[in-house]
Amino acid sequence: MELITIKEVEKTYKNGVTAICDANLKIKKGEFIFVIGASGCGKSTLIKMLYREEKPTKGEIFIGNINVAKLKNRKTYKLRRKLGIVFQDFKLLSKLNVYENVAFSLEILGLKNNEIREKTLKALELVGLKNKTKSYPDQLSGGEQQRVAIARAIVNGPKLLLCDEPTGNLDPITSMEIMKVLEAINKLGTTIIMATHDKEIVNKMNKKVIVIEDNKISKIMEKGKYDNEDVKDII
Amino acid sequence: MRMLRILSRNIRDSFKSVFRNFSLSLASISSITVTLLIVAISIILSYNADNITKVIKSDFTIVAFLNVDFVEYEEISKKLDDMDNISEYTFQSKKNIAEDMKNTSDVFENIISKWDESENPLQDTFLIKVEDTEKISETAKIIKEIEGVSLVRYGEGIVESLLSVFSVIEKILIIIVVSLILVTAFLISNTIKLAIFSRKKEIEIMRLVGASNINIKLPFVFEGLILGILGSIIPIAASIYGYNYIYQYFNGKLFSSFLMLVKPYPFVFLLSIVLISIGILVGMFGSSRAARKYLKI
Repeated sequence: MELITIKEVEKTYKNGVTAICDANLKIKKGEFIFVIGASGCGKSTLIKMLYREEKPTKGEIFIGNINVAKLKNRKTYKLRRKLGIVFQDFKLLSKLNVYENVAFSLEILGLKNNEIREKTLKALELVGLKNKTKSYPDQLSGGEQQRVAIARAIVNGPKLLLCDEPTGNLDPITSMEIMKVLEAINKLGTTIIMATHDKEIVNKMNKKVIVIEDNKISKIMEKGKYDNEDVKDII
Repeated sequence: MRMLRILSRNIRDSFKSVFRNFSLSLASISSITVTLLIVAISIILSYNADNITKVIKSDFTIVAFLNVDFVEYEEISKKLDDMDNISEYTFQSKKNIAEDMKNTSDVFENIISKWDESENPLQDTFLIKVEDTEKISETAKIIKEIEGVSLVRYGEGIVESLLSVFSVIEKILIIIVVSLILVTAFLISNTIKLAIFSRKKEIEIMRLVGASNINIKLPFVFEGLILGILGSIIPIAASIYGYNYIYQYFNGKLFSSFLMLVKPYPFVFLLSIVLISIGILVGMFGSSRAARKYLKI
């Protein structure tokens, strides 16, 4: 069963730049997908349209039964409560500690305190940060901060996790640790879509790869590799 | 229950946020404090000025002299009862006036005590107070037409010029107070806007993790409310103690008993309510306006 359906999507920014055009894609529940491509090819725009940061100029995007393309600005929270997002720059609230940062997305849902505590600690355990709940983001390393961000993204048990270059700011060893966390989350049934241009990661993980080239989806490969002949030419 | 939990968390977060962003909160609070102090001073001044004009106005009296041989006072009383714009009136018989005059000096006493009752040359009078002093001359004219009234006096000329001066003063005071309040609103909401600008990233993240607009806005609105309350503490204390001190110092009047100051109580309490309401409203309005601006992500 499809979790995400992208149909003839096109995005042209106000300044006339077309970031992505003629995108058609179906993503099943539980998949782990890499979106790769050169800088400026439109992979970030594709991810941004999935969490309705950007609105497609044309076409339809369905996530579950939500028509993302038609979602009004003040209704975006309905979509975002159903998915988790991880960014390159973590986007943690610097004035909240680790626990509060993760608990925040549950508090706004109005959950009971003991429920929040249980879920938050479980998410932090999953990313291996249960012993740092009282630390503030600037007391953590980059990898730890990203793990907090991942915990925040998954704490509500979303079906879909969007990652926009989550390892972009991290060294290779830390990056692999993050990937292990993501793989563990995927194994629990969460669909993961990750935009990246980290060759090593894509090759090691051996997952489905979507190649974006010249603002178009040019290839979809099950168990794709970065050093695949076709992909090499592009990048 | 769920909404209640969300609401109580919003309130808790806004308290935390006031202290976590202490320097910015302090900037907002001090801007509220300074502007509310100015508003307090202007309200005290204008209220007193207004009070003085009211006191002077309430002293305006129409004196109606009756014909010497006219005795049907009650007819006139009835007519006065039926008239508009009359707040109260008193009748003074010529005998009473003569008695009053006797008490004012020995000379008068000497002369008046020699009068026979039929020889009293004074006239019976009605002392009439009006409700609307603006219409005093029209009312005087109507009274003049009543049968038995021979002469009407109300300080013609002086009263009219005083009234026109007062109405100008009143208008100027209203303009000053209203424009000060508007300036305050503008100043405070701009300071808060700047304070919130630095938290643009916070709002963005809140949106990304699925906070609804109301969820984001409410803590800011509560925060504005807290800032408004904290900012009005000093102005309120200053006006309560300051005005009491001034009132004691001048003994309740400026220069002459004609220029009475407004009694401190309950005036200062009303003033406090006005100040804290301005603080709260402007704080809440400023915050929500600023937060709304960043919700269009």
